[in-house]
Amino acid sequence: MAAMALCRAAAGGKRPAGRALLALLKCEMLCSRRCLVTSRQLYSVVHDPDEKTFEKLLIANRGEIACRVIKTCKKMGIKTVAIHSDVDANAVHVKMADEAVCVGPAPTSKSYLNMDAIMEVIKKTRAQAVHPGYGFLSENKEFARRLASEGVTFIGPDTCAIQAMGDKIESKLLAKKAKVNTIPGFDGVVKDADEAVRIAREIGYPVMIKASAGGGGKGMRIAWDDEETREGFRFSSQEAASSFGDDRLLIEKFIDNPRHIEIQVLADKHGNALWLNERECSIQRRNQKVVEEAPSTFLDPETRRAMGEQAVALAKAVKYSSAGTVEFLVDSSKNFYFLEMNTRLQVEHPVTECITGLDLVQEMIRVAKGYPLRHKQADIPISGWAVECRVYAEDPYKSFGLPSIGRLSQYQEPLHLPSVRVDSGIQQGSDISIYYDPMISKLITYGSNRAEALKRMEEALDNYVIRGVTHNISLLREVIIHPRFVQGDISTKFLPEVYPDGFKGHKLTDLERRELLATAASLYVAEQLRSQRFLGTPRIPIAKSQRNTWELSVHLEDGVYPVAVSKNGSSFSVEVDGIKLNVTSEWNLASPLLSVTIDGTQRTIQRLSRNATGNTSIQFLGTVYKLQILTKVAAELSKYMPEKAAEDTSSILRSPMPGAVVAVSVKPGDTVSEGQEICVIEAMKMQNSMIAAKTGKVKAVHCKAGDTVGEGDLLVELE
Amino acid sequence: VGSLICVGGCSAGLEITHLFGRLGQKGLCSCSLLHGIITRERILLLLDPDSFDEYDMFVEHRCSDFGMDSDKNKYPGDSVVTGRGRINGRLAYVFSQDFTVFGGSLSGAHAQKICKIMDQAAMVGAPVIGLNDSGGARIQEGVESLAGYADIFLDTSYLFITGPDVVKSVTNEDVTQEQLGGAKTHTAVSGVAHRAFENDIDALLNLREFFNYLPLSNRDPAPVCECHDPSNRLVPELETVVPIESTKAYDMLDIIYSIVDEREFFEIMPFYARNIVVGFARMNGRTVGIVGNQPKVASGCLDINSSVKGARFVRFCDAFNIPLITFVDVPGFLPGTAQEYGGIIRHGAKLLFAFAEATVPKITIITRKAYGGAYDVMSSKHLRGDANYAWPTAEVAVMGAKGAVQIIFRGKQTDAEAEYVDKFANPFPAAMRGFVDDIIQPSTTRMRICHDLDVLASKAQSNPWKKHANIPL
Repeated sequence: MAAMALCRAAAGGKRPAGRALLALLKCEMLCSRRCLVTSRQLYSVVHDPDEKTFEKLLIANRGEIACRVIKTCKKMGIKTVAIHSDVDANAVHVKMADEAVCVGPAPTSKSYLNMDAIMEVIKKTRAQAVHPGYGFLSENKEFARRLASEGVTFIGPDTCAIQAMGDKIESKLLAKKAKVNTIPGFDGVVKDADEAVRIAREIGYPVMIKASAGGGGKGMRIAWDDEETREGFRFSSQEAASSFGDDRLLIEKFIDNPRHIEIQVLADKHGNALWLNERECSIQRRNQKVVEEAPSTFLDPETRRAMGEQAVALAKAVKYSSAGTVEFLVDSSKNFYFLEMNTRLQVEHPVTECITGLDLVQEMIRVAKGYPLRHKQADIPISGWAVECRVYAEDPYKSFGLPSIGRLSQYQEPLHLPSVRVDSGIQQGSDISIYYDPMISKLITYGSNRAEALKRMEEALDNYVIRGVTHNISLLREVIIHPRFVQGDISTKFLPEVYPDGFKGHKLTDLERRELLATAASLYVAEQLRSQRFLGTPRIPIAKSQRNTWELSVHLEDGVYPVAVSKNGSSFSVEVDGIKLNVTSEWNLASPLLSVTIDGTQRTIQRLSRNATGNTSIQFLGTVYKLQILTKVAAELSKYMPEKAAEDTSSILRSPMPGAVVAVSVKPGDTVSEGQEICVIEAMKMQNSMIAAKTGKVKAVHCKAGDTVGEGDLLVELE
Repeated sequence: VGSLICVGGCSAGLEITHLFGRLGQKGLCSCSLLHGIITRERILLLLDPDSFDEYDMFVEHRCSDFGMDSDKNKYPGDSVVTGRGRINGRLAYVFSQDFTVFGGSLSGAHAQKICKIMDQAAMVGAPVIGLNDSGGARIQEGVESLAGYADIFLDTSYLFITGPDVVKSVTNEDVTQEQLGGAKTHTAVSGVAHRAFENDIDALLNLREFFNYLPLSNRDPAPVCECHDPSNRLVPELETVVPIESTKAYDMLDIIYSIVDEREFFEIMPFYARNIVVGFARMNGRTVGIVGNQPKVASGCLDINSSVKGARFVRFCDAFNIPLITFVDVPGFLPGTAQEYGGIIRHGAKLLFAFAEATVPKITIITRKAYGGAYDVMSSKHLRGDANYAWPTAEVAVMGAKGAVQIIFRGKQTDAEAEYVDKFANPFPAAMRGFVDDIIQPSTTRMRICHDLDVLASKAQSNPWKKHANIPL
């Protein structure tokens, strides 16, 4: 309001002041916005103000990680410079930083990856150091080299370490040399099946056989015995020769049910290196981590130490400085094998911060400035347990998560709960666009033990308000309460194993279904009662309803349930399936979060929408359920209503997600066969091939290459 | 079924044209005993349980020609059910035409029954709700209260003056019933219907909800409901809703939803003239009428259809004591021969007239562009606005900088555009002249509006006496 007063003063004063004051007003608005961005810190805030550090630091990143770095910089008294693309001009990281400069248009190649523009900004703002965050230029040795040549400090390891670890083959060789366990294997020409068997026996079953030239998991065969090895050899050598013209085969130890466990290392420029314990990141989809925790339920102290020591050995071998992560695959017998080393701050670093009490960003900045580490290995504790969920703007019902976009019409982080940390770079009103990673935030909970951390996570997920975009809270919540996860029985195949037919949301038990029906019916009645309460004294008196019971019919999933509600003071007595439940709440119908007690069980639910026709969607146990609540009379009459003709989905193709059309392979009049590719949609790093659901003639094409399409947009119609 | 409704005789603002759908056909085919049930069930859905008092149940038609006096052609109550009841405890008179009795057609008795409840309603000062389902109906004027808005069921209902066969014989046009007078036509093209619904239940339940926004008569203030949404709630997302580039579109509905109580907005004519948004909402429990330019559609410009849509809504609100809140982002009137030949000056004047004439509380928020004549029209200070605010992103000017500079420096190369932007593409010139009362932080908009409405609740303003105002029709 201070700015308002100033405006008024200006309006009465001299004219040319107008523009300047508008700027002042805007600045004031930004300051107030900044206050919104707070998050509970779950890492050490110890900072020695006498330790000289950089005066100004540029963050070559966006989103939550940029905000994360800025927070530590503020703590350390370092001025910050944010870079942003034009669409990010209003982003939180831009508002948080002391200075912000636009480096180009939305596409990352023209903005956040635009080295020339970023170098220009560094020169202009005289930033002394650059924190690259993760992704973008964080592991780009050319960028590190250019910074070095300008005398600007890169907050990360030196160019040699980035280069050495950036190359898969070289890093493996280096790891071998440093006596780090690597996946035993053979890469070369195998004469015959007998030799293949000999190699396989040497490695130890099971083994994986494939053509060396084939990328990824293509043509991969798993052999559990000699017989399968011979078969695998025949198949793979044929493929190697015919498909690739390269006879070399790769025979490697096959890691059955592997876990992804990584060791956080921290090294300085004086030859000191520490391991900061492990992070378990086995819950993945499409090789992207979803839930991480520290420590791992699986490691015993010996294995932990062995992994930690090998990780440190590798770091020392490449003269590593700064924070880094050594990733391992761990098999069911606790054998661990080096996978790769990430020479940057990891997305999931907060869980390590929670259990060790270190601020990794602060340590990275200190190390980059040339200070030696402040801790000894013995000083690194594992205190408590931390879990991180990656909250994404994506639809988990489609291959565990296809991106969704939109404007966050309502957004409220569960920071009112204890031991919750939220790292985010968005706020109410932010846009989730197709240009960048669809991550909304990282939700971290901490507890003195795993059970406590998980319980808090459950609550935090229930108390997280995200409206305007589809999100994956339902999947996250299902994972963390799944018995296998709770027992720690997980592997990188967890999601496909637990949900072989895809994720379909929470499966209600009978009791939960009754709870949901009772809650929804009570909400409906509370709403009905409120709509009879008018303030003031009307000219024609209002007839007070004497009604105390409501007979309703609730449609949920595939069933229709008769529900009887009777009011009992401020609570409702609800009868479902012949069983009575008592539902109590404050019934604040405007609050995005509703705390309801059903027969003594407290639940936090969210009513996402309602309309006059009784349709409502309620987020209950993380999953959104669509219900229709009608009075018994209305429900009976609705049987006579004309059924709405369902759309024939086989002859129309709609975009399953927002994105850009990369290619359209048909034109009107073409005949397509079932399964034929019709067009390709690209969204957030993924290309999705859209195929014909039936054989037919193309009637109309509603998109062309280069178009931006929204979810549900009509792409192609068949006759 | 060729249900045909004549709306010619209906008084403005009073038609609820509730047409018959497949439900009726089903009823007709399956059982003639259904007589009256469908009609009464509709009333049952509309009114509070056990609140319906029926009138004239024993009235029969008095026609004796063509065998109409035989017993099988006599139906107690004839082809309409009338009475009174309560909607959320508030009084309403209702008539519901019965298509199963002679196609719901209007007999003398039928008309008499309707007139009876209308007269009563007028005396009491309560609304009449008509559920029309008839081959033809004429409703007399004179009820001072309103019934609501025309609604049509999607896909099953049709509304036209002459059917496709007549059209074919007169103008040789080939047209289907749906194209000529279906729900889509009337809600998106003709603007005859204000909302379309899936079916009877959808329509009637929405009508109940809509009824709660309205006063019982023009003698009553707009109702105030119990509200859980704090009136001083800050709305931080409004700080970023207007894009930085002034040519970029955004959704005015985002602003409306985030400001009103509980994100509940009952939009009127959502598919017609979409460059203007009108509808009802509540602020701190009090009903308000909202008018907003929609930058997402045709840049939010005013054209013939949007002016008429807005004008009708503004007059409705003024007639029923509903305060008006106007969100302005308007680049001007749509130029071009189609608009000029169509009489944009005449139609634009309707909106201007409606706002100027309105004596209800008027609060205006300029979110971005307020250019030229369109700025004046949109409930500006010059039209007796009570509270006119501008966001810092507001640009109150005669026109956009580019066009202005082209005219000022005709044909000459100049860089005066930046100067023009600097001088006028901000709210200060207008604020210095008192055309806007204050420049407000967007996040405080809800709070400011709620406070103003509290103060303006006792606003009393009257227009000079005249028989009736002379809006440029």
